[in-house]
Amino acid sequence: MIRTLPCSLPYLAGYRLYISLFYIFLILPLITICVLAFNDSNYIALPWKGFSLDWFFANTDDRLGLFKDADLLLSIWVSFKTGFFVALFSTLVGTTAALLFEQEQFRFKGALYFLALAPLVIPGVVLGLSILLSSTNAGVYIEETFGMDIELLRPSFWLVVIGQFSFAATYVMLLVGARLKKFDRTLEEAALSLRATRLQVIWLITIPFLRASIIGAFIVAFLISFSNFNTTIFLVGSDPTLPVDLYSRIKFSSTPVLNAVSFMVVAFITLSAILSFVFNRNKG
Amino acid sequence: MSKRGTFYLLIVPVILWLAVLIVIPHMDMMYRSFRLETDDGAMVYSLSNYLVFFQDQIYWLTFVKTAVYSIGVTVLAFIVTFPVAFYLTKVVKVSYSSFMTLLLLIPIWIGELVTVYGWMILLRDNGVINTFLMNIGLIDSPIEMLFTNFSMTIGLLYMSMLFMIIPMMSALDSMDDSLIEAASDLGASKWTIFRQIVIPYTTPGITSGGIIVFMLVIGDYVAPNILGGKSSLWFTEQIYNKFLESFNWNEGAAFGFLLLVLSSTIVWVALKLSGQKLEKVGS
Repeated sequence: MIRTLPCSLPYLAGYRLYISLFYIFLILPLITICVLAFNDSNYIALPWKGFSLDWFFANTDDRLGLFKDADLLLSIWVSFKTGFFVALFSTLVGTTAALLFEQEQFRFKGALYFLALAPLVIPGVVLGLSILLSSTNAGVYIEETFGMDIELLRPSFWLVVIGQFSFAATYVMLLVGARLKKFDRTLEEAALSLRATRLQVIWLITIPFLRASIIGAFIVAFLISFSNFNTTIFLVGSDPTLPVDLYSRIKFSSTPVLNAVSFMVVAFITLSAILSFVFNRNKG
Repeated sequence: MSKRGTFYLLIVPVILWLAVLIVIPHMDMMYRSFRLETDDGAMVYSLSNYLVFFQDQIYWLTFVKTAVYSIGVTVLAFIVTFPVAFYLTKVVKVSYSSFMTLLLLIPIWIGELVTVYGWMILLRDNGVINTFLMNIGLIDSPIEMLFTNFSMTIGLLYMSMLFMIIPMMSALDSMDDSLIEAASDLGASKWTIFRQIVIPYTTPGITSGGIIVFMLVIGDYVAPNILGGKSSLWFTEQIYNKFLESFNWNEGAAFGFLLLVLSSTIVWVALKLSGQKLEKVGS
Protein backbone atom coordinates (compact mmCIF):
# COMPACT_ATOMS: atom_id res chain seq x y z
CA MET A 1 0.00 0.00 0.00
CA ILE A 2 2.80 2.41 0.84
CA ARG A 3 6.54 2.26 0.25
CA THR A 4 7.35 0.48 3.48
CA LEU A 5 4.61 -2.14 3.24
CA PRO A 6 4.73 -5.15 0.94
CA CYS A 7 1.77 -5.59 -1.38
CA SER A 8 0.57 -8.04 -3.97
CA LEU A 9 2.00 -7.83 -7.47
CA PRO A 10 -1.35 -7.56 -9.32
CA TYR A 11 -2.33 -4.65 -7.07
CA LEU A 12 0.87 -2.79 -7.79
CA ALA A 13 0.70 -3.57 -11.51
CA GLY A 14 -2.88 -2.37 -11.68
CA TYR A 15 -1.99 0.81 -9.83
CA ARG A 16 0.92 1.51 -12.17
CA LEU A 17 -1.31 0.92 -15.18
CA TYR A 18 -3.81 3.46 -13.88
CA ILE A 19 -1.07 6.05 -13.30
CA SER A 20 0.29 5.48 -16.82
CA LEU A 21 -3.18 5.92 -18.31
CA PHE A 22 -3.60 9.12 -16.31
CA TYR A 23 -0.36 10.56 -17.66
CA ILE A 24 -1.29 9.54 -21.20
CA PHE A 25 -4.61 11.35 -20.77
CA LEU A 26 -2.65 14.37 -19.55
CA ILE A 27 -0.12 14.46 -22.37
CA LEU A 28 -2.27 13.32 -25.29
CA PRO A 29 -3.73 16.72 -26.29
CA LEU A 30 -0.34 18.40 -25.92
CA ILE A 31 1.50 15.85 -28.07
CA THR A 32 -1.23 16.03 -30.71
CA ILE A 33 -0.94 19.78 -31.03
CA CYS A 34 2.83 19.67 -31.19
CA VAL A 35 2.90 17.03 -33.93
CA LEU A 36 0.18 18.63 -36.04
CA ALA A 37 1.93 22.00 -35.94
CA PHE A 38 4.37 20.49 -38.46
CA ASN A 39 1.72 18.92 -40.70
CA ASP A 40 1.90 19.98 -44.36
CA SER A 41 -1.86 20.47 -44.64
CA ASN A 42 -4.43 23.25 -44.83
CA TYR A 43 -6.67 21.66 -42.21
CA ILE A 44 -6.09 21.60 -38.49
CA ALA A 45 -6.55 17.84 -38.05
CA LEU A 46 -5.40 14.60 -39.67
CA PRO A 47 -4.48 13.10 -42.14
CA TRP A 48 -0.74 13.53 -41.87
CA LYS A 49 0.62 14.92 -45.13
CA GLY A 50 4.30 15.22 -44.39
CA PHE A 51 6.61 17.50 -42.45
CA SER A 52 6.51 21.23 -43.08
CA LEU A 53 7.44 24.47 -41.37
CA ASP A 54 4.87 26.39 -43.41
CA TRP A 55 2.69 27.23 -40.43
CA PHE A 56 5.61 29.00 -38.83
CA PHE A 57 7.22 30.78 -41.78
CA ALA A 58 5.05 30.67 -44.92
CA ASN A 59 3.45 33.73 -46.42
CA THR A 60 1.43 32.55 -49.41
CA ASP A 61 -2.18 32.96 -50.55
CA ASP A 62 -3.57 30.09 -48.51
CA ARG A 63 -0.97 29.83 -45.77
CA LEU A 64 0.07 32.52 -43.33
CA GLY A 65 2.63 31.27 -40.83
CA LEU A 66 2.92 32.38 -37.22
CA PHE A 67 5.99 34.56 -37.70
CA LYS A 68 4.42 36.33 -40.71
CA ASP A 69 1.05 36.92 -39.09
CA ALA A 70 1.21 40.47 -37.74
CA ASP A 71 -2.10 40.24 -35.85
CA LEU A 72 -1.07 37.10 -34.04
CA LEU A 73 2.38 38.45 -33.17
CA LEU A 74 0.71 41.59 -31.87
CA SER A 75 -1.62 39.66 -29.58
CA ILE A 76 1.33 37.65 -28.23
CA TRP A 77 3.13 40.91 -27.51
CA VAL A 78 0.03 42.38 -25.84
CA SER A 79 -0.18 39.26 -23.64
CA PHE A 80 3.45 39.64 -22.58
CA LYS A 81 2.94 43.32 -21.76
CA THR A 82 -0.28 42.61 -19.85
CA GLY A 83 1.38 39.78 -17.95
CA PHE A 84 4.31 41.98 -16.99
CA PHE A 85 2.20 44.82 -15.59
CA VAL A 86 -0.23 42.48 -13.85
CA ALA A 87 2.68 40.64 -12.24
CA LEU A 88 4.34 43.91 -11.23
CA PHE A 89 1.26 45.48 -9.61
CA SER A 90 -0.03 42.32 -8.00
CA THR A 91 3.39 41.49 -6.57
CA LEU A 92 3.59 44.95 -5.00
CA VAL A 93 0.09 44.97 -3.52
CA GLY A 94 0.00 41.23 -2.75
CA THR A 95 3.26 41.42 -0.79
CA THR A 96 1.96 44.49 1.04
CA ALA A 97 -1.19 42.58 1.91
CA ALA A 98 0.83 39.59 3.14
CA LEU A 99 2.88 41.86 5.43
CA LEU A 100 -0.27 43.57 6.66
CA PHE A 101 -2.20 40.40 7.49
CA GLU A 102 0.71 38.44 8.92
CA GLN A 103 2.37 41.13 11.00
CA GLU A 104 -0.07 43.88 11.93
CA GLN A 105 -2.94 43.83 14.38
CA PHE A 106 -5.90 46.12 13.79
CA ARG A 107 -9.68 46.27 14.06
CA PHE A 108 -11.72 44.49 11.39
CA LYS A 109 -8.67 42.52 10.32
CA GLY A 110 -10.73 39.36 9.93
CA ALA A 111 -13.28 41.06 7.72
CA LEU A 112 -10.61 42.64 5.53
CA TYR A 113 -8.79 39.33 5.17
CA PHE A 114 -12.03 37.67 4.17
CA LEU A 115 -12.46 40.29 1.43
CA ALA A 116 -8.90 39.72 0.25
CA LEU A 117 -9.68 36.01 -0.12
CA ALA A 118 -12.99 36.65 -1.86
CA PRO A 119 -11.53 36.58 -5.40
CA LEU A 120 -10.88 32.85 -4.85
CA VAL A 121 -14.60 32.20 -4.67
CA ILE A 122 -15.88 34.77 -7.18
CA PRO A 123 -16.24 33.35 -10.69
CA GLY A 124 -13.92 35.14 -13.14
CA VAL A 125 -16.91 36.05 -15.26
CA VAL A 126 -18.52 37.94 -12.38
CA LEU A 127 -15.28 39.80 -11.57
CA GLY A 128 -14.96 40.86 -15.20
CA LEU A 129 -18.51 42.03 -15.64
CA SER A 130 -18.68 43.89 -12.33
CA ILE A 131 -15.49 45.80 -13.10
CA LEU A 132 -16.81 46.57 -16.57
CA LEU A 133 -20.05 47.94 -15.06
CA SER A 134 -18.27 50.05 -12.46
CA SER A 135 -15.69 51.52 -14.78
CA THR A 136 -18.33 52.35 -17.39
CA ASN A 137 -20.47 54.03 -14.75
CA ALA A 138 -17.50 56.02 -13.49
CA GLY A 139 -16.55 56.97 -17.05
CA VAL A 140 -20.05 58.20 -17.88
CA TYR A 141 -20.23 60.13 -14.61
CA ILE A 142 -16.89 61.87 -15.16
CA GLU A 143 -17.74 62.71 -18.73
CA GLU A 144 -21.10 64.21 -17.74
CA THR A 145 -19.79 66.12 -14.74
CA PHE A 146 -16.35 67.29 -15.85
CA GLY A 147 -16.58 66.82 -19.60
CA MET A 148 -13.46 64.62 -19.59
CA ASP A 149 -13.18 61.37 -21.49
CA ILE A 150 -10.98 58.94 -19.59
CA GLU A 151 -9.56 56.20 -21.80
CA LEU A 152 -8.70 54.01 -18.81
CA LEU A 153 -12.34 53.49 -17.90
CA ARG A 154 -13.35 52.05 -21.24
CA PRO A 155 -12.48 48.50 -22.31
CA SER A 156 -8.79 48.85 -23.08
CA PHE A 157 -5.33 47.50 -22.35
CA TRP A 158 -5.19 49.07 -18.89
CA LEU A 159 -8.65 47.91 -17.90
CA VAL A 160 -7.56 44.34 -18.66
CA VAL A 161 -4.51 44.87 -16.46
CA ILE A 162 -6.70 46.20 -13.64
CA GLY A 163 -9.19 43.34 -13.96
CA GLN A 164 -6.52 40.62 -13.87
CA PHE A 165 -4.71 42.39 -11.06
CA SER A 166 -7.86 42.30 -8.91
CA PHE A 167 -7.54 38.54 -8.40
CA ALA A 168 -3.85 37.89 -9.15
CA ALA A 169 -3.00 39.95 -6.04
CA THR A 170 -4.82 37.37 -3.89
CA TYR A 171 -2.60 34.57 -5.16
CA VAL A 172 0.55 36.63 -4.54
CA MET A 173 -0.68 37.39 -1.03
CA LEU A 174 -1.17 33.68 -0.29
CA LEU A 175 2.19 32.62 -1.75
CA VAL A 176 4.20 35.31 0.03
CA GLY A 177 2.11 34.95 3.20
CA ALA A 178 2.91 31.22 3.39
CA ARG A 179 6.63 32.03 3.41
CA LEU A 180 6.17 34.87 5.90
CA LYS A 181 4.61 32.42 8.39
CA LYS A 182 8.06 30.81 8.69
CA PHE A 183 9.80 34.10 9.42
CA ASP A 184 11.57 34.35 12.77
CA ARG A 185 10.29 37.58 14.26
CA THR A 186 13.10 37.84 16.79
CA LEU A 187 15.24 39.08 13.88
CA GLU A 188 12.94 42.06 13.60
CA GLU A 189 12.93 42.63 17.33
CA ALA A 190 16.73 42.66 17.31
CA ALA A 191 16.77 45.25 14.54
CA LEU A 192 14.12 47.36 16.27
CA SER A 193 16.06 47.33 19.52
CA LEU A 194 19.05 48.57 17.55
CA ARG A 195 16.90 51.54 16.58
CA ALA A 196 15.95 50.60 13.07
CA THR A 197 12.57 52.02 12.05
CA ARG A 198 9.74 49.69 11.13
CA LEU A 199 10.15 50.56 7.44
CA GLN A 200 13.89 49.87 7.55
CA VAL A 201 13.20 46.51 9.15
CA ILE A 202 10.76 45.56 6.39
CA TRP A 203 13.09 46.76 3.65
CA LEU A 204 16.38 45.40 5.02
CA ILE A 205 15.30 42.22 6.79
CA THR A 206 11.83 40.98 5.89
CA ILE A 207 11.93 41.59 2.12
CA PRO A 208 15.34 39.90 1.60
CA PHE A 209 14.00 36.91 3.56
CA LEU A 210 10.99 36.79 1.24
CA ARG A 211 12.94 37.35 -1.99
CA ALA A 212 12.60 33.86 -3.46
CA SER A 213 8.88 33.67 -2.76
CA ILE A 214 8.32 37.16 -4.18
CA ILE A 215 10.06 36.18 -7.42
CA GLY A 216 8.03 32.96 -7.50
CA ALA A 217 4.81 34.90 -6.95
CA PHE A 218 5.75 37.32 -9.75
CA ILE A 219 6.10 34.39 -12.17
CA VAL A 220 2.83 32.83 -11.01
CA ALA A 221 1.01 36.15 -11.45
CA PHE A 222 2.48 36.48 -14.94
CA LEU A 223 1.30 33.01 -15.90
CA ILE A 224 -2.17 33.61 -14.42
CA SER A 225 -2.44 36.71 -16.55
CA PHE A 226 -1.00 35.09 -19.66
CA SER A 227 -3.63 32.33 -19.71
CA ASN A 228 -6.66 34.26 -18.45
CA PHE A 229 -9.72 34.42 -20.65
CA ASN A 230 -12.85 34.63 -18.50
CA THR A 231 -12.20 38.01 -16.93
CA THR A 232 -10.29 39.47 -19.87
CA ILE A 233 -13.05 39.01 -22.46
CA PHE A 234 -15.25 41.62 -20.73
CA LEU A 235 -12.54 44.23 -20.46
CA VAL A 236 -10.63 43.82 -23.68
CA GLY A 237 -10.55 46.73 -26.10
CA SER A 238 -9.18 46.92 -29.61
CA ASP A 239 -5.97 45.01 -28.87
CA PRO A 240 -6.79 41.41 -27.88
CA THR A 241 -4.56 39.28 -25.68
CA LEU A 242 -3.40 35.90 -26.99
CA PRO A 243 -6.21 33.82 -25.35
CA VAL A 244 -8.86 36.20 -26.71
CA ASP A 245 -7.30 36.08 -30.17
CA LEU A 246 -6.99 32.27 -30.04
CA TYR A 247 -10.60 31.97 -28.97
CA SER A 248 -11.97 33.97 -31.87
CA ARG A 249 -9.76 32.07 -34.31
CA ILE A 250 -10.85 28.68 -32.96
CA LYS A 251 -14.47 29.79 -33.19
CA PHE A 252 -14.47 31.49 -36.56
CA SER A 253 -11.39 30.81 -38.68
CA SER A 254 -9.26 27.90 -37.59
CA THR A 255 -6.15 27.28 -39.67
CA PRO A 256 -3.17 25.16 -38.61
CA VAL A 257 -1.42 28.34 -37.51
CA LEU A 258 -3.32 27.67 -34.26
CA ASN A 259 -1.30 24.48 -33.91
CA ALA A 260 1.90 26.45 -34.43
CA VAL A 261 1.02 29.01 -31.73
CA SER A 262 -0.05 26.27 -29.35
CA PHE A 263 3.20 24.43 -30.04
CA MET A 264 5.15 27.56 -29.11
CA VAL A 265 3.19 27.94 -25.87
CA VAL A 266 3.63 24.26 -24.96
CA ALA A 267 7.35 24.38 -25.78
CA PHE A 268 7.89 27.60 -23.84
CA ILE A 269 6.09 26.37 -20.71
CA THR A 270 7.67 22.91 -20.78
CA LEU A 271 11.14 24.34 -21.22
CA SER A 272 10.72 26.83 -18.36
CA ALA A 273 9.32 24.09 -16.13
CA ILE A 274 12.30 21.83 -16.83
CA LEU A 275 14.73 24.70 -16.33
CA SER A 276 13.21 25.60 -12.97
CA PHE A 277 13.33 21.91 -12.00
CA VAL A 278 17.02 21.56 -12.83
CA PHE A 279 17.81 24.90 -11.24
CA ASN A 280 16.04 24.04 -8.00
CA ARG A 281 17.61 20.59 -7.81
CA ASN A 282 21.12 21.93 -8.24
CA LYS A 283 20.47 24.55 -5.59
CA GLY A 284 18.97 22.09 -3.13
CA MET B 1 9.08 56.72 9.38
CA SER B 2 7.04 56.08 12.49
CA LYS B 3 5.39 52.75 13.21
CA ARG B 4 2.00 54.32 12.63
CA GLY B 5 3.12 55.72 9.26
CA THR B 6 4.38 52.36 8.12
CA PHE B 7 1.08 50.79 9.11
CA TYR B 8 -0.79 53.23 6.88
CA LEU B 9 1.68 52.58 4.08
CA LEU B 10 0.71 48.92 4.27
CA ILE B 11 -3.01 49.23 4.74
CA VAL B 12 -3.88 51.97 2.25
CA PRO B 13 -2.98 50.06 -0.96
CA VAL B 14 -4.79 46.97 0.32
CA ILE B 15 -7.94 48.91 1.17
CA LEU B 16 -7.82 50.67 -2.20
CA TRP B 17 -7.46 47.34 -4.00
CA LEU B 18 -10.37 45.72 -2.17
CA ALA B 19 -12.68 48.73 -2.13
CA VAL B 20 -12.21 49.88 -5.70
CA LEU B 21 -11.89 46.53 -7.45
CA ILE B 22 -13.94 44.13 -5.32
CA VAL B 23 -16.51 45.89 -3.11
CA ILE B 24 -17.68 48.80 -5.28
CA PRO B 25 -17.95 46.77 -8.53
CA HIS B 26 -20.06 44.12 -6.83
CA MET B 27 -22.33 46.71 -5.25
CA ASP B 28 -22.64 48.28 -8.67
CA MET B 29 -23.57 44.93 -10.12
CA MET B 30 -26.24 44.40 -7.47
CA TYR B 31 -27.61 47.89 -8.02
CA ARG B 32 -27.73 47.48 -11.80
CA SER B 33 -29.53 44.17 -11.45
CA PHE B 34 -32.52 45.97 -9.93
CA ARG B 35 -32.68 48.68 -12.60
CA LEU B 36 -34.88 48.68 -15.67
CA GLU B 37 -34.89 51.01 -18.65
CA THR B 38 -38.52 51.80 -19.50
CA ASP B 39 -39.76 52.37 -23.04
CA ASP B 40 -39.36 56.12 -22.76
CA GLY B 41 -35.74 55.76 -21.66
CA ALA B 42 -36.11 56.42 -17.93
CA MET B 43 -34.38 54.20 -15.36
CA VAL B 44 -36.59 52.77 -12.63
CA TYR B 45 -36.24 50.19 -9.87
CA SER B 46 -37.68 46.85 -10.84
CA LEU B 47 -37.46 43.14 -10.26
CA SER B 48 -38.02 42.37 -13.92
CA ASN B 49 -34.42 41.30 -14.57
CA TYR B 50 -34.89 38.47 -12.10
CA LEU B 51 -38.41 37.70 -13.34
CA VAL B 52 -36.95 37.05 -16.80
CA PHE B 53 -34.76 34.40 -15.25
CA PHE B 54 -37.62 32.59 -13.53
CA GLN B 55 -40.15 32.95 -16.34
CA ASP B 56 -37.97 31.79 -19.19
CA GLN B 57 -37.43 28.08 -18.78
CA ILE B 58 -34.12 27.97 -20.66
CA TYR B 59 -32.44 30.26 -18.12
CA TRP B 60 -33.19 28.41 -14.95
CA LEU B 61 -32.80 25.02 -16.60
CA THR B 62 -29.30 26.03 -17.68
CA PHE B 63 -28.69 27.37 -14.19
CA VAL B 64 -29.63 24.04 -12.59
CA LYS B 65 -27.71 22.06 -15.20
CA THR B 66 -24.59 24.16 -14.63
CA ALA B 67 -24.81 23.60 -10.89
CA VAL B 68 -25.36 19.84 -11.18
CA TYR B 69 -22.60 19.39 -13.77
CA SER B 70 -20.14 21.48 -11.75
CA ILE B 71 -20.70 19.33 -8.68
CA GLY B 72 -20.46 16.21 -10.84
CA VAL B 73 -17.17 17.26 -12.45
CA THR B 74 -15.76 18.10 -9.01
CA VAL B 75 -16.61 14.63 -7.71
CA LEU B 76 -15.20 13.07 -10.87
CA ALA B 77 -12.01 15.10 -10.48
CA PHE B 78 -11.62 13.76 -6.96
CA ILE B 79 -12.12 10.14 -8.05
CA VAL B 80 -9.69 10.48 -10.95
CA THR B 81 -6.94 12.37 -9.14
CA PHE B 82 -6.96 10.96 -5.62
CA PRO B 83 -5.13 7.74 -6.59
CA VAL B 84 -2.55 9.88 -8.39
CA ALA B 85 -2.00 12.13 -5.38
CA PHE B 86 -1.63 9.09 -3.16
CA TYR B 87 0.75 7.40 -5.59
CA LEU B 88 2.99 10.44 -5.87
CA THR B 89 3.24 11.03 -2.14
CA LYS B 90 3.19 7.53 -0.67
CA VAL B 91 3.93 4.87 -3.27
CA VAL B 92 6.42 5.93 -5.93
CA LYS B 93 10.11 6.32 -5.19
CA VAL B 94 10.88 9.77 -3.83
CA SER B 95 13.36 10.47 -6.62
CA TYR B 96 10.68 10.05 -9.31
CA SER B 97 8.01 11.89 -7.39
CA SER B 98 9.24 15.45 -7.90
CA PHE B 99 9.62 15.04 -11.65
CA MET B 100 6.19 13.44 -11.97
CA THR B 101 4.71 16.29 -9.94
CA LEU B 102 6.37 18.80 -12.24
CA LEU B 103 4.64 17.15 -15.22
CA LEU B 104 1.32 17.84 -13.53
CA LEU B 105 2.01 21.56 -13.45
CA ILE B 106 2.73 21.90 -17.16
CA PRO B 107 -0.89 21.64 -18.43
CA ILE B 108 -1.96 24.15 -15.77
CA TRP B 109 0.45 26.80 -16.99
CA ILE B 110 -0.12 26.12 -20.67
CA GLY B 111 -3.60 27.44 -20.11
CA GLU B 112 -7.09 26.41 -20.92
CA LEU B 113 -7.38 27.78 -24.44
CA VAL B 114 -4.54 25.66 -25.79
CA THR B 115 -5.51 22.44 -24.00
CA VAL B 116 -9.18 22.77 -24.95
CA TYR B 117 -8.06 23.29 -28.53
CA GLY B 118 -5.98 20.11 -28.25
CA TRP B 119 -9.06 18.17 -27.15
CA MET B 120 -10.99 19.64 -30.03
CA ILE B 121 -8.48 18.18 -32.50
CA LEU B 122 -8.50 14.84 -30.71
CA LEU B 123 -12.27 14.44 -30.55
CA ARG B 124 -13.36 15.71 -34.00
CA ASP B 125 -15.09 13.40 -36.47
CA ASN B 126 -11.89 13.36 -38.53
CA GLY B 127 -9.82 13.83 -35.36
CA VAL B 128 -7.00 11.75 -34.00
CA ILE B 129 -9.06 9.34 -31.88
CA ASN B 130 -11.64 8.57 -34.57
CA THR B 131 -8.95 8.13 -37.24
CA PHE B 132 -7.04 5.81 -34.96
CA LEU B 133 -10.10 3.71 -34.11
CA MET B 134 -11.05 3.45 -37.79
CA ASN B 135 -7.53 2.49 -38.83
CA ILE B 136 -7.36 -0.39 -36.42
CA GLY B 137 -10.80 -1.44 -37.63
CA LEU B 138 -12.68 -1.07 -34.38
CA ILE B 139 -15.32 1.20 -35.91
CA ASP B 140 -16.49 1.86 -39.49
CA SER B 141 -17.74 5.40 -39.21
CA PRO B 142 -16.62 8.14 -36.82
CA ILE B 143 -18.24 8.27 -33.38
CA GLU B 144 -19.66 11.69 -32.74
CA MET B 145 -17.73 12.91 -29.70
CA LEU B 146 -17.14 16.61 -30.24
CA PHE B 147 -19.94 19.10 -29.44
CA THR B 148 -21.59 16.80 -26.91
CA ASN B 149 -21.89 16.76 -23.14
CA PHE B 150 -19.16 14.12 -23.18
CA SER B 151 -16.55 16.33 -24.84
CA MET B 152 -17.54 19.23 -22.60
CA THR B 153 -17.07 17.10 -19.50
CA ILE B 154 -13.66 15.91 -20.70
CA GLY B 155 -12.59 19.50 -21.29
CA LEU B 156 -13.85 20.72 -17.92
CA LEU B 157 -12.24 17.79 -16.12
CA TYR B 158 -8.92 18.21 -17.88
CA MET B 159 -8.56 21.91 -17.19
CA SER B 160 -9.63 21.71 -13.55
CA MET B 161 -8.56 18.38 -12.04
CA LEU B 162 -4.87 19.19 -11.62
CA PHE B 163 -5.76 22.03 -9.25
CA MET B 164 -7.12 19.36 -6.92
CA ILE B 165 -4.00 17.19 -6.83
CA ILE B 166 -1.69 19.80 -5.33
CA PRO B 167 -3.67 20.52 -2.11
CA MET B 168 -4.37 16.80 -1.64
CA MET B 169 -0.68 16.05 -2.03
CA SER B 170 0.32 18.58 0.59
CA ALA B 171 -2.23 17.09 3.01
CA LEU B 172 -0.95 13.56 2.31
CA ASP B 173 2.65 14.71 2.62
CA SER B 174 2.15 15.79 6.21
CA MET B 175 0.51 12.47 7.09
CA ASP B 176 2.72 10.12 9.07
CA ASP B 177 3.22 6.78 7.26
CA SER B 178 3.32 4.95 10.57
CA LEU B 179 -0.43 5.50 10.93
CA ILE B 180 -0.97 3.33 7.88
CA GLU B 181 1.66 0.83 9.01
CA ALA B 182 0.05 0.50 12.43
CA ALA B 183 -3.40 -0.06 10.93
CA SER B 184 -1.98 -2.60 8.52
CA ASP B 185 -0.18 -4.46 11.34
CA LEU B 186 -3.46 -4.66 13.21
CA GLY B 187 -5.01 -6.36 10.22
CA ALA B 188 -7.04 -3.55 8.65
CA SER B 189 -7.93 -4.06 5.01
CA LYS B 190 -6.90 -1.51 2.36
CA TRP B 191 -10.45 -0.24 2.14
CA THR B 192 -10.68 0.28 5.90
CA ILE B 193 -7.35 2.10 5.98
CA PHE B 194 -8.46 4.26 3.09
CA ARG B 195 -11.83 5.12 4.60
CA GLN B 196 -10.92 5.49 8.25
CA ILE B 197 -7.42 6.94 8.11
CA VAL B 198 -6.43 8.36 4.74
CA ILE B 199 -9.65 10.13 3.84
CA PRO B 200 -10.22 11.84 7.22
CA TYR B 201 -6.61 12.95 7.24
CA THR B 202 -6.82 14.37 3.72
CA THR B 203 -10.17 16.16 4.20
CA PRO B 204 -8.67 19.69 4.39
CA GLY B 205 -6.82 19.12 1.10
CA ILE B 206 -9.87 17.58 -0.53
CA THR B 207 -12.03 20.51 0.54
CA SER B 208 -9.75 23.25 -0.69
CA GLY B 209 -8.99 21.37 -3.90
CA GLY B 210 -12.67 20.66 -4.42
CA ILE B 211 -13.62 24.30 -3.97
CA ILE B 212 -10.98 25.46 -6.45
CA VAL B 213 -12.13 22.88 -9.01
CA PHE B 214 -15.78 23.73 -8.48
CA MET B 215 -15.17 27.47 -8.89
CA LEU B 216 -13.13 26.94 -12.04
CA VAL B 217 -15.78 24.70 -13.58
CA ILE B 218 -18.86 26.75 -12.70
CA GLY B 219 -17.23 29.96 -13.90
CA ASP B 220 -15.76 28.48 -17.06
CA TYR B 221 -16.72 29.61 -20.51
CA VAL B 222 -14.13 28.20 -22.89
CA ALA B 223 -14.69 24.44 -22.52
CA PRO B 224 -18.52 24.51 -22.68
CA ASN B 225 -18.44 27.00 -25.53
CA ILE B 226 -15.80 25.31 -27.69
CA LEU B 227 -16.28 21.64 -26.82
CA GLY B 228 -19.97 21.62 -25.87
CA GLY B 229 -22.72 21.45 -28.44
CA LYS B 230 -26.01 23.29 -28.80
CA SER B 231 -27.49 21.17 -26.02
CA SER B 232 -24.70 21.83 -23.53
CA LEU B 233 -25.42 25.45 -22.65
CA TRP B 234 -23.52 26.82 -19.65
CA PHE B 235 -24.82 29.62 -17.45
CA THR B 236 -21.74 31.76 -18.09
CA GLU B 237 -22.53 31.63 -21.81
CA GLN B 238 -25.86 33.26 -21.13
CA ILE B 239 -24.16 35.99 -19.11
CA TYR B 240 -21.71 36.63 -21.96
CA ASN B 241 -24.59 36.79 -24.42
CA LYS B 242 -26.43 39.36 -22.31
CA PHE B 243 -23.34 41.54 -22.19
CA LEU B 244 -21.59 41.09 -25.49
CA GLU B 245 -24.42 40.19 -27.88
CA SER B 246 -27.76 41.58 -26.72
CA PHE B 247 -26.16 44.42 -24.71
CA ASN B 248 -28.73 44.06 -21.97
CA TRP B 249 -26.37 44.92 -19.11
CA ASN B 250 -29.04 45.10 -16.44
CA GLU B 251 -30.20 41.56 -17.08
CA GLY B 252 -26.58 40.48 -17.38
CA ALA B 253 -25.86 42.00 -13.97
CA ALA B 254 -28.83 40.09 -12.50
CA PHE B 255 -27.56 36.84 -14.03
CA GLY B 256 -24.04 37.50 -12.77
CA PHE B 257 -25.41 38.11 -9.31
CA LEU B 258 -27.38 34.85 -9.45
CA LEU B 259 -24.22 32.96 -10.45
CA LEU B 260 -22.34 34.53 -7.55
CA VAL B 261 -25.12 33.56 -5.11
CA LEU B 262 -25.21 30.02 -6.50
CA SER B 263 -21.46 29.43 -6.28
CA SER B 264 -21.14 31.06 -2.85
CA THR B 265 -24.01 28.97 -1.48
CA ILE B 266 -22.53 25.71 -2.71
CA VAL B 267 -19.05 26.61 -1.42
CA TRP B 268 -20.55 27.61 1.93
CA VAL B 269 -22.43 24.31 2.21
CA ALA B 270 -19.27 22.39 1.30
CA LEU B 271 -17.29 24.26 3.97
CA LYS B 272 -19.98 23.58 6.60
CA LEU B 273 -20.24 19.89 5.69
CA SER B 274 -16.50 19.36 5.96
CA GLY B 275 -16.04 21.65 8.95
CA GLN B 276 -13.49 23.84 7.16
CA LYS B 277 -12.97 27.60 6.99
CA LEU B 278 -12.38 29.77 3.94
CA GLU B 279 -9.12 30.96 5.51
CA LYS B 280 -7.86 27.39 5.18
CA VAL B 281 -8.72 27.11 1.49
CA GLY B 282 -6.10 29.65 0.60
CA SER B 283 -3.25 27.94 2.33
